[in-house]
Order: sequence, then C-alpha cells, then structure tokens
Amino acid sequence: MSLPYTVAKLIDTSSCIGCKACEVACQEWNDQEFTLGTGGSYQTLPDLAHHFWNLIKFNETQHDGGLAWNMAKYQCMHCLDPGCLRACPAPGAIVVLPNGTVDFNHDSCIGCGYCITGCPFDVPRLSPKSSKVYKCTLCSDRTAVGLEPACIKACPTHCLSFGKREDMLGEAERRAEQLRNDGFLRAGVYNPAGVGGTNVIYVLARADHPEAYGLPANPQIPWTVSLWKGPLKWLGNLVLLGGILGTFFHYVRYGPRRAHDRQA
Amino acid sequence: MTNGWTDVANADVVLVMGGNPAENHPVGFRFVMEAKRTRKAKLVCIDPRFNRTAALSDCYVPIRAGSDIAFLGGLIHYALSHKRYHADYVRLHTNASFLIQEGFGFSDGYFSGWDSGQHRYDKSSWQYELDSQGYAKVDPRLEHPRCVFQLMQKHYSRYTPEQVASICGCSAEAFVRSAEIVCSTGTPDRCGTMLYALGWTQHSHSVQLIHAAAMLQLLLGNIGVPGGGVNAQRGHSNIQGATDMGSWDSLPGYLKVPRAQQTSLAGYLKDATPQPLRPDAMNYWSNAPKFMVSLLTAYYKDRATQENDFGYHYLPKIGTTDNHSWGYLFDRMYAGQIEGLISFGMNPVANGPNSLKMIQALGKLKWLIVVENFETETAAFWNAQKLAAKEYPNVVDSSGVATEVFLLPAACFAEKDGSFVNSSRWVQWKHAALDPPGLAKRDQEIIAALLLKLQELYRREGGVASEPLLSMSWNYAHPLSPSLEEVAKEINGRETLTGRQLSSFGELKDDGSTSCGNWLYSGSITDEGNQMARRGQEDPTGLGFFPGWSWNWPANRRVLYNRASADGDGKPWDASRAALHWNGQKWVGDVPDTKVDAPPSRFGAFIMLREGVAKLFAPDFAEGPFPEHYEPAESPVTNVLHPNVNSNPLAKIFHSDLDSLGSPKEYPYVALTYRLTEHFHYWTKHVQASSALQPTFFVELPEELASEKGIESGDRVRIKSARGHVEGQALVTRRMRSLKVNGRAVYQVGLPIHWGFVGRVKGPLINNLSPSVLDPNSGTPEYKGFLVNVEKV
Repeated sequence: MSLPYTVAKLIDTSSCIGCKACEVACQEWNDQEFTLGTGGSYQTLPDLAHHFWNLIKFNETQHDGGLAWNMAKYQCMHCLDPGCLRACPAPGAIVVLPNGTVDFNHDSCIGCGYCITGCPFDVPRLSPKSSKVYKCTLCSDRTAVGLEPACIKACPTHCLSFGKREDMLGEAERRAEQLRNDGFLRAGVYNPAGVGGTNVIYVLARADHPEAYGLPANPQIPWTVSLWKGPLKWLGNLVLLGGILGTFFHYVRYGPRRAHDRQA
Repeated sequence: MTNGWTDVANADVVLVMGGNPAENHPVGFRFVMEAKRTRKAKLVCIDPRFNRTAALSDCYVPIRAGSDIAFLGGLIHYALSHKRYHADYVRLHTNASFLIQEGFGFSDGYFSGWDSGQHRYDKSSWQYELDSQGYAKVDPRLEHPRCVFQLMQKHYSRYTPEQVASICGCSAEAFVRSAEIVCSTGTPDRCGTMLYALGWTQHSHSVQLIHAAAMLQLLLGNIGVPGGGVNAQRGHSNIQGATDMGSWDSLPGYLKVPRAQQTSLAGYLKDATPQPLRPDAMNYWSNAPKFMVSLLTAYYKDRATQENDFGYHYLPKIGTTDNHSWGYLFDRMYAGQIEGLISFGMNPVANGPNSLKMIQALGKLKWLIVVENFETETAAFWNAQKLAAKEYPNVVDSSGVATEVFLLPAACFAEKDGSFVNSSRWVQWKHAALDPPGLAKRDQEIIAALLLKLQELYRREGGVASEPLLSMSWNYAHPLSPSLEEVAKEINGRETLTGRQLSSFGELKDDGSTSCGNWLYSGSITDEGNQMARRGQEDPTGLGFFPGWSWNWPANRRVLYNRASADGDGKPWDASRAALHWNGQKWVGDVPDTKVDAPPSRFGAFIMLREGVAKLFAPDFAEGPFPEHYEPAESPVTNVLHPNVNSNPLAKIFHSDLDSLGSPKEYPYVALTYRLTEHFHYWTKHVQASSALQPTFFVELPEELASEKGIESGDRVRIKSARGHVEGQALVTRRMRSLKVNGRAVYQVGLPIHWGFVGRVKGPLINNLSPSVLDPNSGTPEYKGFLVNVEKV
C-alpha cells in the first residue's frame, strides 16, 4: 500500500555521530555485498558506489575560527525535479512514485549513464557487472508497505526521521530555529530550489556553507541535460520530422523510385 | 553507572571525559542528544582528540592523555574558590565535616606516612579523629582546620586555571569556559552527569581519577539525583555482569575473596563487617555475614554446615599480600611459575599490555585451553613468528613452542539465553536466537563437562585437596547442560528448607537457612517469575526510570544513593527531578536507597559506607586520601607540582627483560589507544560488515607533527615504543593538535586498537607498544598516555 502523500527524509546533521548504522542497514536491507573499504580514514569509501548507496561523509572544516568535524549522510536526494529523469532516454527506466520517490527500474535501464550526467548531486553509479545504474531507492519496497526506510529505523540518535514532506519541513525549520537560538546563527534548512526542492532535507548548522557537509551549494540540472531534453530534443524532433516530411513530399512529387533494368 | 542511560536525558550538563560515547556507545548517546534537544543541556567534551563526541559538543577542551586528575582537580578548585558548590548537600551528604587526625599532610608529592624503605604508605595519619564512642568527630560549620573540607580546599588550592593549563596543555581560558558550564550545576535546581569509560580507567592513577570525579560531583550535589551521577559506560556485554559475579579478589556481590590470614569464617566475617563511624550510619555491610553464609550455602548446599564453617575452608585463599590481577599473572607466567591457563572468552595476546610478553609468557605454559568463537591471537600465539614475522622477529617458530593448545569452540551470545547486565545495572534476560554451529558448545556445557570429568577423576584416583571440588553442589536437571534459568534461580537465592525463591536480599540469613549466589541479584527471579524478562514500558515518574523494564540491581533501584536527592527533611532538592520524597510515613518515588519507612533524619544517605555519608576524603586507596596529579609512568614532561615525585609512586612496574620503559628523548610523543565505532574490540575483525567498514589499522597524527616529518595522509608510518613497533597508514588531521605543556609543544599520536594477526582483516596488535604498568588499586594497565616515536617508512 503506497503512501498517498509525498514523503521526505530529514537529516539533522547536528545530531549525526557518524556511527554508520544507516550504512549497514542500507547494505543489509538491500542485500548488497560488503566489499572492503579503502581504510585509513573514518569515511568508509571515498564516494558512493554502485553497491553502496548510503555514505556518511566526514568533513574537517574550520567554522568561525573553531574546528568542526561535520558528519553527514549522503545518498539520492529524490529531487522534485529530478535531473536523472530529465536525462534518461529509456522510457520507464526512471520513475517518480506517487509518494515522491525517484526510483530506477532496472528492467528498462539501458545503461547509457546519462542519468549520471543529469544528477547535480553526482549520485547514480553504473555497475560494471550488470551495466545498469544504481542508487538509493528510498526503500520503496519498505515504504510500499508502510515502513520507514531501513536507514531511518537504524539511526540511534534521532538524527534521521521520515514522514510527510510538509511535516519534515516543519520539523527541519524547528530544529534550525533551535540551533540558531543555541548560537549557530547561520543554521538553516537545505532543500535546494535549483532542483525544485528535494525529498531528502538537511538541517545544517552552517546552511550558508553546505559544501562543508559535502553538499553542493546551488545544485542545478546541467545545461547540457536541459538542452538535450529541451531545445535540442525539440530540434532533434524537428530534424526527424523534417526528414519524414521530406521523404513524404519527395514521394508525392516524384513518385516511387523504380529500379532500372540492368543488363549485364 | 550510579544512574542509568535513560537518566542521562534528565541532565542540564553532560560532561564527557575519558570516554567517547558518540563513537563507542552510539545507542546510549541518544539520551545525550535528548537532553540537548529537550532540556537545552550543554555537552562538554574533554579529550586528547577532537572525537565524534567533541564534534557534537557545545564546549570542547583538548588535554594531554594522562593529565585528567589535574583537570578535575582544577574543577574542584574552581567550584570551591568560586563558591559554586552545593553547600547544603556537601554539609548533609559528605564527610566534609569530619575531622582528620593530627599529623595528616601532603608535601613534595607525598602524603604523610610515606615509607621510602618499604615503598608504601603507613595510613595511620589518614584516619578520622574519633570520640570516646568510636564515632568520627565533626565540625558542621566546616571551619575546623583539620576538617575534610578545609584540608580539601588547601590540597586543591594549587590547581589554578593556569596550573591546569600548563599541565594539561589547554589554555586557561578554555579551562575556565568548561568550568563555568560544569560548575553551573552546583545549585539545587540544576544537575549534571558525567560519562566516562576506559579513557579514565586505563592509567596508572585511574582509581584516583574516578575518585576525583566523584568528589566534584559530590561538591556540585550531583550524586543520587536524576540527571546526575558518575557513570561508567561499560564496554563489553556482559562486563558489568562479569564484574558483579566476581574477579580474582572479589566473590559475587563484591564480597572479598578470603586471604590466607583469615583462617576461620569468624575471622573473615570480622574483617568483612565494618563498624559504623557515625550514629546515623546504616552501615549496610554489617549484613556481610548473611551474604557470605548464603553464598557458601549456595556453593556447597548440604556440605555447608555450621560445624564446617559452611564450607569456608573449601574456598581457595589468596596469600596475605599476593596480587593475581592481569599483569602479575602474566609476569609470573613469563617467569615460568604457571603450568596451565584456561582462557575463556578472553584474548590476552591482543588485550594485554606488551603483546610480546604475553606471547612469550604463553610459551612457558605446559597447556593452554582457549574457549572462543573464533581462532584468536591467543589460540594462535605459537604461530606468531609466521603470522606476524615483522612485529615479532625474535620469537621462536612453532617447532620451539612446547605448550599444548586446545581450542574449544564456544557458542556466541546469540546462541545462548541468559542475562546481560548493561551499564545501567539493568539485568536483562535474553533468548537464544539460533543453535550453536558445528561442535560449538554453550559456556555452561563446557564448564559442566570439565567439572564433572575432574570430579570423576578425583573420585577414582584421589588427589591433593580434592574435597573442595567434590563438595561443590551441582544439582541441575541436566548436569552436563544446566539451564541458565536454573542457574539464575540459584543466584537469586532460596529458602533452603522450602525451596521458596527469595524476594530480596532483605530475607538473607547467616545460619544456613538461605542460599544465594549473589546477594545483589536477589529479587531478580522470584516465585512471581523472571523479573529480568519484564518489558514494561510505563514511566510513572516521567524521569525515564521504567521500573517495569527488566530488573535493576540492587532491589530494582534505578538511581543509586537516591536518598541524597532530598534534603534533611526528605524534600527533593529539585521538585521537577524528584527521585524520592518523604511523605511523612515513607519514601516515595524510585525504590529508596534507605529504609523505606525510616524518617529522613534517621540514616545517612550513603548506606553502604560506615560514615553514612559520601567520602570526599577516602583513606581506602593505595596512594592517598585525595587524588593528586601524577604523570604517567612514561611522560614527556616533569611533574610541575612536585618534580621529585613524577609519577604515581605506587604504580606497579614490572622488571622482566621485556618490561623496559622509554625516555622522552628516544620516544618524544604521547600515544593513546582507543576504539572505533565500527568494531567491537578484537572480535569483529572476524565479521564481514565490520571488517568492510574499517578494514585497516591507521595512525592519527597532528598536522604539525606530520609536516615536521614530511608525512602525508596515506603514507606508511612506523610507531615505536620501548616494547615494540607497529606499522600502518597515516591519517593526518587537525583534530589532534600540538599542545603546549609546561611551556613546550607536545604532540600526541592516536592509535585505534582493533586489528591483529588472525581474522578476516589483519593488522598489527597495538599492544605491541603499551607498557605493563598497572594502577595499584585496580590492576588496570596504562594503555593511554605512554611514549612512542614516529617515522615514515
């Protein structure tokens, strides 16, 4: 039973301890293989992988003269205007579910990788084995039966919550307000407008500097994708249509091409 | 924990020091976050590293590993000199008013009574001045120059913010910033909790460190109150339960193991039964005879009679001054004085300090039995030369090891039922999730098989001192596989005649009519059922006590010393956080830590102590009645407080050929060992997910040190100590910084512990580096704050 409303995941980075419970829950629920990380770091892998969809990024930064060690979970943002979907040439390979989840349908995926180009968050990853693209599904198999995503269930500090998008936005604003009252004057909510907003919402103590959490400051769908699915698509269609029309008029005007008898 | 995990949410200030709960207790840490969210609590983190907990703190102060007592001493001084202590609480609930005998003092690093020839203290000058009835004299105004309060003030007057800064390596301003927050809880309407773990216990002065923490909490009026306490975050499940059930020098329920000079039960009980030091001291340990006789009755059943001292003579006795804790045991093993070892769920080669000494000691045994889920470094010690050739170039190869090793596969925690005791002292019953694989057996089956076989051999062939073993009661339905519920019932205790399960330790008798395996657990499984299996989620006080959830030793009490949460009239210091109040007839709230119908003035709040009040001044410990800052056994600097007495004069240092200590000239950097969230000790390197998340050993280095040495993240580095060396990848970070200690820069090196030479992922044993230097009270090794050198490979 799918939820009748748009859902969202809220990540309050001010209470993330980088414990990786969400990483393990993601791997286990999605039955992903555990391959050895690179090691020598607190972060499990340098980046997301086709078989690792939920990564906590650890960022050492300087905030107002003091050291900060930001830990923030990174995964598909489930954009309201998904760049991947705009870029995808395979009908039905990327779908937006009624609850707002951006989901990949691997039966229809042709492995072209255009969605990777289209994603302003650099999330989808091509599997070298299956030649298909993978990313967080927002546990669509769990939400379909009324359960929260696996990462949410595993989080020990209430850093992660899940629910109706408007409720999550309200909660995010409340927590940001509390942070501002606690002296983090630039605290705020990350729900970037460049992709029409996201169904994964962050609370950041330094909302003016999302890069410090590994998030792009102003994510936009790349102009190439807009061009390719916008004017270029239109132009392409025009060229295609022109060709068909040209053929048609040529036929009307000159009639069918006849083969000349050839004599050896 | 004096309080519990859920209770942390009641705090206004959470001081985390000597621990890193965000890393190592992520689930418990939710209550810190709850306190922050719902009470706007301030989180203060004092640690050598800017760690996961520091990342979420409101106030972080870096300190040098091993300097914690200086910092806490500074906080004590700050609370006293700025009048931030809870004066009424201190007067009512501590021994601040007690007078100490003339002759007590402290000078140049030593307390009075130091015997340099014997290398120990004569503690006679550390005692209370007694009146004619044998009670301690007091000065309720706290003005007498020999009262504890005045002596304490004098002792800590040296711990000024500037002195703290120069010892710890922080700035005086940062210290004061943290002191302001911590000491803000010295009012009746505010309270603060302290969370600590191995960052406090693994020093050569660890017990005094926790004493200092308790003193500070007592001064601030934070003991016994919800949202307060001194709270040890226990690491392993079931380490709290294991501690409750005894160790080399304690029997179940913290009764002492008999010593050689206690040749009769009467003699033992005389020593175990203290005399009260104040008229209002309940002195609950005066019940020790009931606990002890019931324990002996549980051990020996019908063979325990009045005539044979209830089997007291069957118990092994420790030599008058002997010590059998970890370091001593392996030192004797290395000297060839021990024949065999049963290592049950324990991995000394990995866990113990100075791994090479551990390996060499095991090689001196005739036989070694390892009971484990996996093959561990201990089970494979004989092959260290091959498996870790780089680290142990000089150990003999397997052909030269004569020790016969038996590895018995054991069931893991999910494959057996029984109970886990968590940090909150909740005894929680659990069920087996699956059967043990292959030939693996449950612990009790292994113990039973061993015992019954030994009994059979003794019966058949006789032998020296066979009586103790043959007299042991083993009345289980299936002797080769006792059910843990049967064992739990035995621990809870019963009336010997009727077999009725006891409802609490209040029912225990000293005449053999009751048996009880651990008085503290009495009430956990009664005729009403298994209280440990309860899962009630009601919270009648709203303070997160959940009295119907599992069972909390002792007596299902959620906050220890909760009587201290109320004033002299039984009125809570803070009505919004009332653990307990006196309603005119009885105490209401949590299970009271006093007699339920005794009026407030009848008994002191600390019923286990013969003072009846908490001890700021505690003559119980080896190296002094007040905690004093001593440097670690290996230190980069001289003790600025008393250069002639640099480190703890009573720290145990061994002198075998493998026990060298390094000098700061050769080994200039301070090393600390710690755990990562991905791993559980040396165990999860055998587990797929944990190994994948954190596969390799790494070394955390401060940026300044790395640039001096030309080291970048990812470079291979070698860390050397006077004991051995390890190699791993460098992780250069700003989270470890150069500290200015006594005017000079000191660098610290961070060493996560989790690897070894067997397992799914491998790496060096970090204890190749650590020294076998022990705290004189607890016998815990100094795993933090020893010296190393660093070089690029």
